[in-house]
Amino acid sequence: MAEHAVNFAAASKAALQDSQLRGNFRRAMDGLMSKRAVQFADAKEWHTMRALAASVRLRALAKLPELLEQLETNLTRNGIQVHWASTTAEANAITLAIMRKANATLAVKGKSMVTEEMHLNAFLEDHDIEVLESDLGEYIVQLDGTMPSHIIMPAIHLNTKQIAHLFKQKIKDAASTGEDAAALTDLARRILRQKFMNAGVGMSGVNAAVAETGTLCLIENEGNGRMCTTVPPVHIAFMGLEKVVEKLEDVPPIISLLPRSATGQPITTYVNMISSPRKEGEKDGPREIHVVILDNGRSSVYADPELRDTLRCIRCGACMNHCPVYTKVGGHAYEAPYPGPIGQILVPQMEGLAKRGEMPHACTMCNACVEICPVQIPIVEIMGRLRVEAVHPSASVKDSGARASKTEALVWKGWAAMNTSPLAYKIATTAMSAVGNAAPGSLPLLKEWTSVRSKPRFAPRTLHDLARKKGIPNV
Amino acid sequence: MSDARAAILGTLRRTRDAHPVTPPPSDFTPLADKQWPPEERLPRIRRMMEAVHTEFLDATEADWPAVVTDFLTRAGAANLLYAPGTADGATLSAYPLPPREREGTHAQHGEGEGFAGSDGPSPSDTPSPFPLRGPLPSPETGEENTASLTLIPYDRPIEDFKQQMFEGIDAGLTGTLGAIADTGSLILWPSADEPRLLSLVPHIHVALLRADALYDSFWQAMRDQRWADAMPTNALLISGPSKTADIEQTLAYGVHGPKRLVVVIVR
Repeated sequence: MAEHAVNFAAASKAALQDSQLRGNFRRAMDGLMSKRAVQFADAKEWHTMRALAASVRLRALAKLPELLEQLETNLTRNGIQVHWASTTAEANAITLAIMRKANATLAVKGKSMVTEEMHLNAFLEDHDIEVLESDLGEYIVQLDGTMPSHIIMPAIHLNTKQIAHLFKQKIKDAASTGEDAAALTDLARRILRQKFMNAGVGMSGVNAAVAETGTLCLIENEGNGRMCTTVPPVHIAFMGLEKVVEKLEDVPPIISLLPRSATGQPITTYVNMISSPRKEGEKDGPREIHVVILDNGRSSVYADPELRDTLRCIRCGACMNHCPVYTKVGGHAYEAPYPGPIGQILVPQMEGLAKRGEMPHACTMCNACVEICPVQIPIVEIMGRLRVEAVHPSASVKDSGARASKTEALVWKGWAAMNTSPLAYKIATTAMSAVGNAAPGSLPLLKEWTSVRSKPRFAPRTLHDLARKKGIPNV
Repeated sequence: MSDARAAILGTLRRTRDAHPVTPPPSDFTPLADKQWPPEERLPRIRRMMEAVHTEFLDATEADWPAVVTDFLTRAGAANLLYAPGTADGATLSAYPLPPREREGTHAQHGEGEGFAGSDGPSPSDTPSPFPLRGPLPSPETGEENTASLTLIPYDRPIEDFKQQMFEGIDAGLTGTLGAIADTGSLILWPSADEPRLLSLVPHIHVALLRADALYDSFWQAMRDQRWADAMPTNALLISGPSKTADIEQTLAYGVHGPKRLVVVIVR
């Protein structure tokens, strides 16, 4: 499939000029960063806890095939039906078949990033099935017909006034609603409760799936996740194959770090652990639960021992909140299901470097994301590796070598030749000192740099010259 | 899609075996270190949960039904959904409910037939007419100055009263398995007797917490109670009323679940 390259540079330029957007993000990100810092004031606790969480995720990856089989066995024993999908198309088809069998025409959905990968809403709507996002942020984004701009706070790019305006446009009885957050929230409550009541299927993501017990763990603040997983007669849970953990005991470290990293809360309002559909005699809960385990490129990510660490991620979004690029341009500029640092290493591996080769370059390599990652993903190292993959064909990453450029290769070849020959080096540096400053900034390769930065000036004497003059030997 | 299963597991196994990972040992010390002296646990739980708008009431084994019904009547609740099959449910239903004074009218939900008033509700072990079956009762007409709390047993499948559950219930009462000092969280294991939606759909969730059932951390609770041996259909930690900050990070309570969480500490 020939896909066009996504142009982050152009989208980010537009975002940078949107002062409303930048203000919305700046306020939100500053708030999130300071709230997170309060939660990790105890440095020793932070270091030991993230080492524990990283070990839990690494152990899960070390035993991944066995744990997925154990998970399947225990889910099945508990009465939960397991489906495997290599591609998003397969996952969509599985979902449609479940909905058709249940005669369901309305689904309510709790937050699930995997279904964003699948573009599930659009797919089901094409088959005359209504899917309603019930997380308030996702609901707002769905009304607006756009994409989430943050994996934890999907509507963070909009302010209250913009949301009030959107509600007035799209919701019949919104005219009489006030413009404050409480009134807008209450309006959404009234509308969505009707939907929870009437939906034939509830959908959700999974934060962790426990192989030992066959348990799905979901965390949330709003209660919409519990509604989606408890009220409709059928529940479908979507998980990336990396979401498994070995033991129930492995859940508390993740639950301890995820909300604190994401939003600076000690814990989410609800931690929802589901191990079975409604049993004989129970009065509520779904009668059927389905789990869709999605690959969508993850097994190729897993295949490379260095890139594999991408799959440690617990989706807290802290790397976005701390990224100097993301906090300026916001999530939409990436045009991807996962924006920000984790998106920049995950999405190119899922969708290929032909389409996503620019993503790993939207990074200053400042390492802020690595310092705050609760599971110690070496994001910047992987970013560097993907930059190399983009210009060198290999078997590791989809469409590797897609960004290879003859000019660039030639420049680096020349650079290497100059630096490995003392004579060439001397000639080149002397020439640069003498005439380098006369080169206009508009030269083809130089322009990339000088269009946004001042042109560097060459010193009149090289460092070698100066050192020799001082009598330093062996220069 | 067994093809997908075989393909996925095959790739994972082959590539893992080519490049095995040796994970570092998991040292649970940072979780084991989360400990508080017993006398500090409850104040900590209270402080953390009050910070997210949870309300607390103090009661004894003898008077909690009075404390709960007084509170709900004053809060303007017309009815309380409860679990008749639990010990707490039986205690509540045996408690005589006198009519209570109420200011003005809170006639949104009116009164069901059968359970209200000083006669007390029917014992839970005898089948009882379900007060909210059929269309919602019309708004209350007379008796503007007195109101009483109608007790409604959750004694049938949700399918039999879904609309009433969503549109006609003010409050729900549940027990808890205890609470967690580290994060200020209640532990609930819903069951056949105490269904899952009791703590989710009603606008006010009232939870009974025995003052001696307190744990330091989630990790400690699941280890002490050996959760991994047999997980229930659904296990929950609840740390406050439903909330959201999805509109410009402004906290708003009661977005989908209960607007109010009331913890009754029973000593």
